[in-house]
Amino acid sequence: MLRRIPLSALIGLFVTGLFLVAAIFAPWLAPYGLTETVGDVWEPMSSTYLLGTDNLGRDLLSRMIYGARTTIFIAAMATALSFTLGAILGLLAAVVGGWFDQLLSRFVDLLMSIPTLIFALVVLSVLPGNLITLILVMGILDSTRVYRLARSVAVDINVMDFVEAARLRGEGRGWIVFREILPNALSPLVAELGLRFIFQVLFLSALSFLGLGIQPPDADWGGMVKENKDGIIFGIPAALIPAAAISILAISVNLIADWILNRTTDLKGGRGGN
Amino acid sequence: MSHLLKLLAQRVVLGFLLLLAVSALIFMGTEILPGDVAQSILGQSATPEALANLRRDLGLNEPALTRYFSWLGNLLQGDLGTALTNGADISSSIGKRLYNTVFLASVAAVLAVPLALVLGMLAVRYRNRWPDKLISGSTLAFISLPEFFIGYLLIYFVAVKLGWFPSVATVFESMSFAERLSAVALPATTLTLVVLAHMMRMTRAAILNVMQSAYIETAELKGLTGFKIIFRHAFPNAIAPIVNVVMLNLAYLIVGVVVVEVIFVYPGMGQYLVDHVAKRDVPVVQACGLVFAAFYIFLNMLADIIAIVSNPRLRHPK
Repeated sequence: MLRRIPLSALIGLFVTGLFLVAAIFAPWLAPYGLTETVGDVWEPMSSTYLLGTDNLGRDLLSRMIYGARTTIFIAAMATALSFTLGAILGLLAAVVGGWFDQLLSRFVDLLMSIPTLIFALVVLSVLPGNLITLILVMGILDSTRVYRLARSVAVDINVMDFVEAARLRGEGRGWIVFREILPNALSPLVAELGLRFIFQVLFLSALSFLGLGIQPPDADWGGMVKENKDGIIFGIPAALIPAAAISILAISVNLIADWILNRTTDLKGGRGGN
Repeated sequence: MSHLLKLLAQRVVLGFLLLLAVSALIFMGTEILPGDVAQSILGQSATPEALANLRRDLGLNEPALTRYFSWLGNLLQGDLGTALTNGADISSSIGKRLYNTVFLASVAAVLAVPLALVLGMLAVRYRNRWPDKLISGSTLAFISLPEFFIGYLLIYFVAVKLGWFPSVATVFESMSFAERLSAVALPATTLTLVVLAHMMRMTRAAILNVMQSAYIETAELKGLTGFKIIFRHAFPNAIAPIVNVVMLNLAYLIVGVVVVEVIFVYPGMGQYLVDHVAKRDVPVVQACGLVFAAFYIFLNMLADIIAIVSNPRLRHPK
């Protein structure tokens, strides 16, 4: 199986793996501490400070490594929340049908008629600014997309003969959702997982960049762009490094998602490929 | 024709109903969610007296439903209330900024739409050859780039290193049109690059879809050149999906504009919204949220209407 992985997906896997290693082993890999002031403000790249120093004279490489941890962890938590919530509600809506389906679907339509970032800003203006609210807001707002996908896939499966057979056998709703429909809806959902994760990384970075995500002294990549943006005008490229890291992570996860999407559509003889 | 008018009227009414529901949702989002507005404004160290005073001034002791309808009533008369932080009239502050934002988004749209169509047609004309691969590959990468990466790259190289355009997009009222255009050059380019990739890919897909039809083969057999086939026979038949994608991306411009305005310190709606979210100025946030949502809904409605008008099959649903 390994031999059939295309080169683009291999690159994606390798780079994503690097970021993951950096995130998991951050305290061992980072040469300096997260909030430790080690040098002058915005020192250029040198052998002591591989990526230079930031706006407060902290080592940029160390902050990048810790930032990988924050960014990936929060994006992953939000993705997990949006997936669990969206998939379970979407599958349930398809199986239960009737007013339950109508109510949920119209509410999701309503939520999706407001741009996600705008609604997040509106809600964050009153909610207390901490990690839990951030993950909840990101996860719930994004679960509308997962709900749509899960519901449309499940509606197709729900009318198949084996689901009918399970119903006639007298299986309960829980069995139908988790044992009959979920396994068959899994492959399009997994392919979507990667895309949702990228979206969450970009969403979190945008919020932090606007100063409404992770609060200092903690750092995620979006927040680091914000901290160092004033240097750009003086020709100091420090802000470009975290921004580039976000882009590279997004592109490499995209490459993996693309490969999974192609693979699952191959398995199904092209079903769900459009 | 009257059938068409009825269908269009339905869409418009639906759009307004949606907007009404959205206003309720935005109000709910800021008022009913756990989290006390007065507490958030004054901070954790506020005295109980100060909290009680502020609650009374904000009218927070009234039932939520009463407050919603009085907010909505004022809104319909064009009164968006006053900002908590400086007491300024929100409607007049939004007026100027809205013009700036619409100007920026329009410049970006004027750049992005023709470019996306031309690139899409080029990719179809040379499909599976190097121009197609180059265009498709680079747009795939561009889709994953955050706005601020593109924005700061442009500032770093074009504004700081080359000095072609100002790095900060300052506009004021006495500026001439050309000066304004030069001021928004970099932010508009950023926005263009953000939406271009998606629009171009969908244009390519829509035209490729039509290229498999029998009449395209006929046109080929007639001996027409590649571009002529695409332009005269394929493109007009792919216009409905393309218009749809263009509208969706213009709606996306409204969101992208928030981040881009902050990058370039451009005095528009996005900057205004973000500043007041940080200050927890709820009336301003509500008003801005509603204006952004209204634009978004309006553009989506327009996409629907154009799709119905351009496709006879949608006019007579079974």
